[in-house]
Formats: sequence, C-alpha cells, structure tokens
Amino acid sequence: MSMKANRTPTHPQKYMMWLFITGIVMMFAGFSSAFIVKRSMANWLSFNVPLIFYYSTGIIILSSISIMVARKFFRERQMVRYTFWLGVTAVLGSLFVLFQYLGFSELWAQGVTITRNVSFSFLYVIVGVHALHVVGGVIALMVLFVQSLSKKRKIYSSLSIDLMNTYWHFVDILWLYLLVFLIIEG
Amino acid sequence: MKNEELIHQQTEVAGVAHEAHPHYHKQSFITKYIFSQDHKMISRQFLVTGIIWACIGGFFSVLFRMQLGFPNDTFPWLEDIFGHWAAGGRISQGFYYTLVTMHGTILVFFVLTAGLSGTFSNFLIPLQVGARDMASPFVNMLSYWFFFIASIIMFSSLFVQTGGSSGGWTFYPPLSALGEAADGSKSGMDLWLTSIIFFIISQLMGGLNYIVTIINMRTKGMFMTRLPLTVWSFMFTAILGVLTFPVLLSSIVLLLLDRHLGTSFYLSDIVIQGKILPNEGGSPVLFQHLFWFLGHPEVYIVALPAMGITSEVIATNARKPIFGYLSMVGAFFAICSLSMLVWAHHMFVSGMNPFLGSVFVLFSLLIAVPSSIKVFNWLTTLWRGNIIFTPAMLFAIGFVSLFISGGLSGIFLGNASIDMHLHDTYFNIAHFHLVMGVASMFGMFAGVYHWFPKMFGRFMNSTLAYIHFWITLVCAYCIFWPMHYEGLAGMPRRYYDYSSWESFKSFEGLNTFISYAAIIAYITQFVFIFNFFYSIWKGRKVTAKTANPWGATTLEWSTPVHVPHGNWEGEVPEVHRWPYDFSKDGRDFIPQTEPVGANEITH
Repeated sequence: MSMKANRTPTHPQKYMMWLFITGIVMMFAGFSSAFIVKRSMANWLSFNVPLIFYYSTGIIILSSISIMVARKFFRERQMVRYTFWLGVTAVLGSLFVLFQYLGFSELWAQGVTITRNVSFSFLYVIVGVHALHVVGGVIALMVLFVQSLSKKRKIYSSLSIDLMNTYWHFVDILWLYLLVFLIIEG
Repeated sequence: MKNEELIHQQTEVAGVAHEAHPHYHKQSFITKYIFSQDHKMISRQFLVTGIIWACIGGFFSVLFRMQLGFPNDTFPWLEDIFGHWAAGGRISQGFYYTLVTMHGTILVFFVLTAGLSGTFSNFLIPLQVGARDMASPFVNMLSYWFFFIASIIMFSSLFVQTGGSSGGWTFYPPLSALGEAADGSKSGMDLWLTSIIFFIISQLMGGLNYIVTIINMRTKGMFMTRLPLTVWSFMFTAILGVLTFPVLLSSIVLLLLDRHLGTSFYLSDIVIQGKILPNEGGSPVLFQHLFWFLGHPEVYIVALPAMGITSEVIATNARKPIFGYLSMVGAFFAICSLSMLVWAHHMFVSGMNPFLGSVFVLFSLLIAVPSSIKVFNWLTTLWRGNIIFTPAMLFAIGFVSLFISGGLSGIFLGNASIDMHLHDTYFNIAHFHLVMGVASMFGMFAGVYHWFPKMFGRFMNSTLAYIHFWITLVCAYCIFWPMHYEGLAGMPRRYYDYSSWESFKSFEGLNTFISYAAIIAYITQFVFIFNFFYSIWKGRKVTAKTANPWGATTLEWSTPVHVPHGNWEGEVPEVHRWPYDFSKDGRDFIPQTEPVGANEITH
C-alpha cells in the first residue's frame, strides 16, 4: 500500500468527462452510420462542403491552442493572462459557431435548404448538433471567465480548467472528424 | 491521497480553514428530503416514483385486458372516469392504443430502468464499494430531477385533448412522424418525445456516476474481484446505458425534425387521407436500426440489475458462496457486449437482407451461452444449500424460474425462420414479459424485501410478503403461459378486438381467463404497496442485534442502523476478502471487513 500513498488518483470527475465524451461519440456514431446507410439508397444528392467551413476549422484549431495557453498560465498562476486567454478561447468558439451559421445561410441562399434532400438534412443536423456542443462549451468557458474575475473567490484547483481543456479539444477533434467524414462521404 | 480529500479540495475559499474530512451539516427539510444529494435519499426518491409509475402502468394493462377479456361487455364506470375515451363504457380504439403504448413506455423506461437501476445502483454502489457518496452527488441529484421532469411531462401527455402517444413504445415512423396518422401522434407524441429526451439525460447522468464511483471510489482493499455481483451488474448496466441511450437521442432528434421541419429522414412516398406528402428519400427501416440499437440493450439494462440482485440474495440465503463468481462476471461482460450486436433480430420481417439476418441470428443465439452460465450458477448455488426462504429469496428463485421459462421461448424467436411466423404475436408478448418484464419486477421485489431494513431501518411484514409472492407468481404464469398458445396459432398483438376472426374465436375463453389473472395480479400488488408504506413508519424496528438480519457479508451491513449522510461514522472500513465467505471454516459467514486469518485459505 505504500506505493499507493504516493500516487494521486485520477479525479473522479475526469473519468466522468471521458465517459460523457464516450456518450457523445456514440450519438455521432449514430448519425454517421445513419448517413452511410442512407447514402447507399436512392435519391441521394452528393454535396460539396462549403468553403466557409474550412475557415471555421482554422478558427476552432486556434481556439484549441489558446485554451492550452490559458491552462499553461493557470498552472503558472499568472491569473491575468489566464483570464485573457480564456476570453480569447470563448471569442474564438463563438466565432466558430458564427461561421457555421454563415456557411449555412450561404447554402440556404443557393437553394440548398434543409428539406431539399436527405443528404442536406443530414448536413444540417450533424453540423448543427456539433455546433450546439460548441455552444455548450462556450457557455462553460464564460462561467470560468466570470469566476476568474471574482475578487472574493480564488481558485487553486486546476480541475475546472482541466475538464474544460479536455472537452474543448474533444469538440475540436470531433469537428475535424465530421469535416473529413462529410468531405469523403458527402 | 484519499478520494474524499481529492473531491473536497476543489475550491477553497480564501481565509477559511479547510479540513480534509467532509462535514455533513444539519439539513433542512428541503435539502434532506427534496433536493437531497445523499445517494440513499435519491435512491428512495427513485423507488417511490417508480412505485407510483408502476401503479399507473399496471392499471393501464388492467384496462386494456378488460377490453380484450370482455370485448362484448360494457363498464359504465369507465365512462365516468375517462369520458369520451370510453364512451358507452367501452374503451375507444384510440385510447386502447394509448393504453398499450403507455403501459410499455412506463414499465420499460420509468419503472424497470429508472425505478430498478435508479433505486438499487444509487443505494448499493456507494454502500457496497465503501464510498461516502457518489463521485458527483450534485450530478446524481440532477439525475433524479431530470427523471422527475420527464415523469411530469409524460404524465401530462395523458391529459392532452387528442390523447397520449399511441404509436407503441417503439414509436415507429411513419405513424409517429405524422400528426395526421392518428390522434395519438399529435401533441401527445411531442410530449412523449420531449419526456424521453429528459429521461435519456437523466439516465446518462446517473450512469456516468455509477461507473465512476465503481471504478474510482472503492475503499482500501476492495479490488474489482472483491466486488459483490450486484455492483458488477450495475456497472455493466450503466455502461450499456452510456453507450446506447445517446443513439436513441440521435434517432429522436431526426424524428423531431421529420415532425416539425419537414425533413424526410424516415419518410418517403406517403399518401395520407388522399393527400400526397412531398417527403421523399427517407426510410423507416433506418429508424428501426437506430431505435433497436438502444432497444435491445435496453432489455439488458432492465435485466442485468435484477440478475445482480438475484445473485446476491441467492448466495446470502443459501448460505453458500456464489458458484462460479468469475464466470458470473464474464457472463455479464459477454451479455453486455453481445447485446449491442443483436438489435436487428427485432427486424427480421422488415425486409432486410436475409444474409444480414443470419448474422444476427447467430449472435442472438450466442446470448443463450452466458445466460445459461448464469442460470447454471444460480442453480448450483442453490444445490445442497442451507436455504432460508425469506421473501427476498422466494422472489430471487422466482426470478430464476421466470428467466428460464421466458428465455427458452427466446431460442424460438431468435431464429429468423420461426420468427417470421411468431413476429408480433402473443408468443412474443409472452416471451419478453416473462424473461425481462415480470422477471425483472421479481428482481426488484427481491431487492426491496432484502434491503428494506437498510433503507428504512424497519422490517417489512413477512406474512404479507409471502401472500404477495405466491399470488403474483401463480398469476404471472397464468397470464403469460396461455399466450404462447395464442401466439403459435398466429394471434397478432396490439389488436383491439379479435371477435371478427373465425380462427381466434376459440381463444375467447382463454382471453377472459388471462384478464381475470391480470386483474388479480394487479390487486395483489397493493398488498406489497400497503406493506411497503406501512412498514416505513410502523414496521418492526431494526435494532443493533438485528442490524445484519440476513447474515450478509457485504459492506452495507457494517454501517449504523440509521445510516448517516456519509455512510460510516468513523473511517470507511477496509476490505480483506471477497463477499461470499459463507459457511466457511465452521462459521456461518465472515464479513468482508474481517482480516484473513493465518491458517485460512483465501478465495
């Protein structure tokens, strides 16, 4: 047991985050497999991913880097910089959602509406549900941001930023997967 | 560092002295009984909500059994209660389908998923692994309240003018996707779907907590191989839930879009009431795939906790170590994995590729192997045991009996060629009611009777419990055994009235008999409900002498009679052995907390 005394066990809520991510993965696995099944049936219109989605990809990758920077400053207890980079991540996250929206309005203007063909319905649903997960992340980032501004409460545990970091990288990687999936299968 | 220190170190308020040990302050009524974060209180909340739902869902089955058993009679009191849904004292067709749908939904989701694993996972996991509470008590509380919101929405859907959802608990489109298709597919269906979304969130929050608590919060010495089988079963149940409920969520998202935004995921080439719908390119079979990917594991989400409870109760009351502990765990794992590979055996008649069907036949029949291992182990545990027939033990043995009876008909249904004939007949009804419906109810009863003294600090009345058991068991077989014959004769399920078919007229008497048995079974449950609520306040008290009434070895019986918030008053006990040391070395039982003696052979 002496060995165990030195070892810090993984915080239960980190396990929980990973399991939560597994659940979300299963949800998107559901969407992807439905997509593949439908694609092999009649009446499927293929599509090209709108250009603006590539810009949003760049933005979300940048936001992943910025949250790593924020986490690094938190560990060094440089709280002003931590707050700043947290804010940057939240802004980039919001920009990502905005760009997704712009991409859709462009498609809509071209006549690619959600009801035109099942393939477009899938595009809207998959990208939309992912964007909802990003919105959830942005809200959590804002909560952390407000907390870090508080003068009364000082946060020493890195648990929240660690969880945020994991989740944010996850939505980033999930988007990269979805983009590649839509390019190849769309 | 200890887990509890780790959890409570998160946010420290500057200037306030912080202690490593958690403090459980005196609680107000609201924090203790309503918005409680104590896993034991949450478990009781799940149990009582589950009992209320079971009364409602069971009552619905009595109502539609009255229609089936007495199709030519009228019951004026039905009109007094249900108004135009039972005009003239006969249940209307639309209402009949709502009753069938709601009976399935309530029993499968609200009673046997939330009521069963919500109650016992919450109550037993922290107590049996030696944790002070769940990994996240707050998320655990949210899990109950999301379930509560789901319950409120589902209940309110029964009072919509067009009636509750009537598309079956499997809610296949296009019936569920088009409001024009039936009255029950209008706003009742929307409320139904919303309720299930809340339910899924509740199950996910609960499931995450259960898994993490088991993986991460075990006390010193509680290796995974020393976990009671209950805890193993709850863990596999939670894993199944976390992996499959999100897929149901995605199928519901697509269905809601089909309903409200005019997409065509599940709809194609439909003419309804002379109107041609613009939807094209969808496929209802896609929905069936997505639904049954949850739907099949769901029956194991229902059955596994009952299996775990049965294993524990049988070993304790046979005063013998459970036979084949590791094979039991292995069988749980096998069932859990296989259950996600068999979903399409519900769809043999959907026109899918026969080759694909044969793969699903193979996997479905393979599930018989771990199931038989479990049954074999229960029977060998009972074999030459020193059996004490407590009410819990009777229900556990009843579970084994029902599981065998219902499981055997599964072998017929798992074969695609036989299933073509038996699909959607009463044979199928008999199969799943015995193997996962009534059997899991028995597992739940076994759990309530066994852990009631720990839950409420009082005993339930045994005489009433024996009456409850024998009548319920006899009625269960009287209801479902005859249905096998009806099903083999081709009698389809979910029909409102069979009297226009010459071929089914011979079953009229049998149907009346089944309905009588169903009504008696339903009334008998009130013996249990009276016993349950009476005993909470008036039952015989558990004293220090009877603190471990069944002579069990597991950790929950080492807590004080009235378990405080935080479970153990001093340190959490250390575990030294597996949980099934019964009748060993001349001793009746050895608790898990007792160190292994110098001359003792460890398991």
